[in-house]
Amino acid sequence: MFRFIAIRLLQTIPVLLIVATVTFFMVRLAPGGPFSAEKKVPAEILKHLEAYYGLNKPLWDQYTDYMSRLVRGDLGPSFKYENRTVNEVIASAFPVSLELGFWSLLVALALGIPAGVIAARHPNTLTDHVPMGLAMAGICLPTFVLGPLLILVFALMAGWFNPMGWDSPRDRVLPALVLGAHYAAYVARLTRSGMLEILNQDFIRTARAKGAGSARILFRHALRGGLLPTVSFLGPATAGLLTGSFVIETIFQIPGLGRYFVMAAFNRDYTLVLGTVLFYATLIILLNLIVDVVQVWLNPKLRFE
Amino acid sequence: MKPAVLLLLAALALAGCGSRETRVDIGNREQVLHLGNGAEPQDLDPQLVTGVTEHHLIMSMLEGLVIEDPVDLHPIPGVAERWEISPDGLTYTFFLRKNAKWSNGEPVVARDFLRSYQRILTPSLASQYAYMHHVVKNAQAYNEGKLKDFSQVGYQAPDDHTFVVTLESPTPYLLSLMNHTSWWPVHVPTIERHGSAYTRGNRWTRPGNFVGNGPFQLDQWRYNYAVTVKKSATYWDAANVRLNAIHFHAIESQETEERAFRAGLLHATQPPPISKIEVYQRQSPDRIHISPYLGVYFYRINVTKPPLNDKRVRRALCMAVDREAMVKNVTRGGQLPANHFTPPGTAGFDARARIPTDFEQARRLLAEAGFPGGRGFPPIELLYNTSENHRLIAEAIQQMWKKHLGIDARLVNQEWKVYLDSQKTLNYQVCRAGWIGDYVDPNSFLDMWLTDGGQNETGWSNQEYDRLIREAGRTIDQAKRLELFQRAEEILLDESPVLPIYFYTRVALIHPALKGWHPTILDNHPYKFVYLDPNAVMEKRASN
Amino acid sequence: MTAANSIAPSEPVEAGTSLWQDAWHRLQKNRAAVASFVLLVGMTLACLVGPWLTGQAYDAQNLALSATPPSAKHWLGTDALGRDQLTRLLYGGRVSLMVGLAATAVSLTIGVLYGAISGYLGGKADAVMMRLVDILYSLPFTIFVILLTVFFGRNIILLFVAIGAVEWLTMARIVRGQVASLKRMEFVEAAHALGLRKRRIILRHMIPNVLGPVIVYTTLTVPAVMLLEAFLSFLGLGVQPPMSSWGSMIKDGAEKMEEFPWLLLAPGTALATTLFCLNFLGDGLRDALDVRASKD
Repeated sequence: MFRFIAIRLLQTIPVLLIVATVTFFMVRLAPGGPFSAEKKVPAEILKHLEAYYGLNKPLWDQYTDYMSRLVRGDLGPSFKYENRTVNEVIASAFPVSLELGFWSLLVALALGIPAGVIAARHPNTLTDHVPMGLAMAGICLPTFVLGPLLILVFALMAGWFNPMGWDSPRDRVLPALVLGAHYAAYVARLTRSGMLEILNQDFIRTARAKGAGSARILFRHALRGGLLPTVSFLGPATAGLLTGSFVIETIFQIPGLGRYFVMAAFNRDYTLVLGTVLFYATLIILLNLIVDVVQVWLNPKLRFE
Repeated sequence: MKPAVLLLLAALALAGCGSRETRVDIGNREQVLHLGNGAEPQDLDPQLVTGVTEHHLIMSMLEGLVIEDPVDLHPIPGVAERWEISPDGLTYTFFLRKNAKWSNGEPVVARDFLRSYQRILTPSLASQYAYMHHVVKNAQAYNEGKLKDFSQVGYQAPDDHTFVVTLESPTPYLLSLMNHTSWWPVHVPTIERHGSAYTRGNRWTRPGNFVGNGPFQLDQWRYNYAVTVKKSATYWDAANVRLNAIHFHAIESQETEERAFRAGLLHATQPPPISKIEVYQRQSPDRIHISPYLGVYFYRINVTKPPLNDKRVRRALCMAVDREAMVKNVTRGGQLPANHFTPPGTAGFDARARIPTDFEQARRLLAEAGFPGGRGFPPIELLYNTSENHRLIAEAIQQMWKKHLGIDARLVNQEWKVYLDSQKTLNYQVCRAGWIGDYVDPNSFLDMWLTDGGQNETGWSNQEYDRLIREAGRTIDQAKRLELFQRAEEILLDESPVLPIYFYTRVALIHPALKGWHPTILDNHPYKFVYLDPNAVMEKRASN
Repeated sequence: MTAANSIAPSEPVEAGTSLWQDAWHRLQKNRAAVASFVLLVGMTLACLVGPWLTGQAYDAQNLALSATPPSAKHWLGTDALGRDQLTRLLYGGRVSLMVGLAATAVSLTIGVLYGAISGYLGGKADAVMMRLVDILYSLPFTIFVILLTVFFGRNIILLFVAIGAVEWLTMARIVRGQVASLKRMEFVEAAHALGLRKRRIILRHMIPNVLGPVIVYTTLTVPAVMLLEAFLSFLGLGVQPPMSSWGSMIKDGAEKMEEFPWLLLAPGTALATTLFCLNFLGDGLRDALDVRASKD
């Protein structure tokens, strides 16, 4: 297993290099630059601006400059936020996204997995239809609808929470619920389907026939295999959660990474785009690695290869 | 199911009616102001920032030679207690007050202004708004690196408390110009302590490092969340500053901000969503304020390509827009229909010329241009940057052109920077634009249409127009000067490279406790005059 | 080895035909699925012909009217520019249903095949294929879409390209996970032992067995892409005003839900109905195609 993990970690290096290279040239191809604005910058000034950021060099030199700094872990200065480096931007915003992501994931798993399991135990009955109906409602209600709706009811009408902000522990509740509910819906649907597949497998039937208790079957045998699709889904989903949600962060005014992620692209903040993308890529790779390890643990018949 | 839901909601509403003290209530008691301030500031260096957000924020921490009157923004003494203007309008002598101090206790002296202005004009700093100083003698040459000797630039500091500015040509709006961030002083020794003062990427603007001379000083900066400033003890007029702190909250979403205001988290906001204007006007008219704002919303017309290279076609497009219906039914924020370009009452200037809204004449002009009833008119593209409001206006205009002229327009929306690029490269036919005055003078609206004007972007050029604007720049007599602008505006409207739609208003939600906060055309509110009155009549919450 | 018996390799031809016939019969017996199917077809037809029956044009404005609640003349009310909401909903359905269909097609064909091959081959091929997915996940989507609009102009095909580019990735990972695990199950190893070719194993045994999660994820993808379309239109790709789509109608309606709830309710209900129908239909399909369940 350690060999497997070590190999996978080694694989991240070429992957990150490819992502950095493709992204570098993609953002440069997009029209407009970091300094294009409604009030045009005088040509003389623009020349000096570009000189300061090295934008006057040939693109290839800029690329090698960037890559040699990247190797040293330096993501460069942000174009938009004059006195901050990209490393600092990520360092200040990631803890917030991490915390929100953690609570949301907890909500998603705590709601989604039990709902999926309960539904799968007695398919096509009330205990199936009710949780699944709720799950589908969760999918139909995008976060930009559910968020304002919950704020309206619980913050503005009931006054239990602030309608926005990230100060007290209370401020975590609504955003985590809204973001978590959306993922819970996916988790519930995928868990139910995975469980149904497994409960129909012969080894479960055999276990049943041999008189194993149904709770025991559920937890010892079925849940492990039944969670496979959910776990596959959770890899990229968790990476998405941890790097922040633009919509949620905007609705609740949360200083997380998601807003930077999106705004960097709109601002053509080249270094910030690259920095956030590479950060996200690293998370994706690590989480997919964790997923693969968990899958082996869930299904010992799989081997590390 | 339904009654149960209603019952639940009613119970929740009741539970919410408790007399929980809101952040605004606490602020009122402790003189702490909470403002919604739009996007995250890019920096707090007055010589590098470019946006209104940053302007409003830095205004609390730095004070220029002159400041603005809280009611009508006319220049009043700041660091300078008084000033003299030479009869030829070329030399301004400022007499600095002796008790002005930086937040580190050092006195504010004339040399500070000298060094600040040298910094902003230094080419390597690449300040985007350094051109605001180009009215000063030799400033442009120094800024462009053609002149190396700063002592030849029109700034002198003969002693600690006298500062002299010499101009290239008389600039009647100089004092108004000086309220732009680019004219505020910075403490250069502090900047040098944190790196080079003459390149970017300096960290002097961080909390703990920042040294300012304004009524407030930087306290906290939570990135993408809020900037907090607290009352400065060293400010010369600290005795008259009543607020103890201001929190500038970085809130980008209008909907979020409006909800925060409703819940008592903010004293004042940026413009609320259009759909909310009517609600507030109906339910809590004392909390919504609409005031004129020095700006015009218009469409640029690319005059370089047929059929829009024909003046008659452009005028027809202008005349076929029902501006009354637009402001009444679409924008709904009390905007003024714009049948001319420079906003009315800009430093005493009211344009005489008009481009009428006249469907009959529009059809006639279009027919004269060879497209009777719109027949044979190729579909034109109407470009706008993506936003709900721009879209609604574009959709309405598309219909008006179709209805009154019989021509088809295709709407094209682009992401902001792509749109800017299309506009710059004249890769459009008609495109949406807006212009907010940099300073209160018609020149700020009219010099952009010069042939080589940086913001022209329509391909339009008119020699007579150029001559009038340049002559206005050399004219001291204000009446003559305004007359020159009148003739320029007339040419602009006759040629119609622009299609003015409406003059902006500023819609804001303002808590009744907020005092000394007057409607001003630049939406600036000098904070030293602002205070909170906890006894102001508390209306019931807007939501109930 | 009971599992291997149920799909005994000695009777592939007959099983191949009867499999689909059986499935079709079973599906017809599933009332929820049939009802959903009928409703979906009905909605599609309504979107295709409905706009001509409402007596209103989707872009006819009545500025003075602006947003009004449902009435006898405008059954679903009007929007901010006084346009008939019902007509716009039906028009918008064309775009949204098409987008949903395209996304399903892309994520099914590319995602399922890619995932199945990767999971089945394993080893180095699997590693390379999955790292490619990681790379595609990471690239900045916003910039990608902006580049599409800039270099290829505005074309409805591009909308599908953009959606296709992202929607198959998670599907591929899910399928790969399933296949890799199924590969180790007894019945597949048995098929191997019996000398079946790889292609055949993938098509005949693997794919049917990953159908459950695939169908579920597909039905979840459809509403997600309908909303994604609103974002792409925001970036200048996809439908242009005054044309409408459910995604952009929901987005607009969400911002005004307190003042004009009908602007959110109508497109929201349309989206929800589609999802529920797809879901029942999906469950029905899964049950119908499940070889093992049929033996019960």
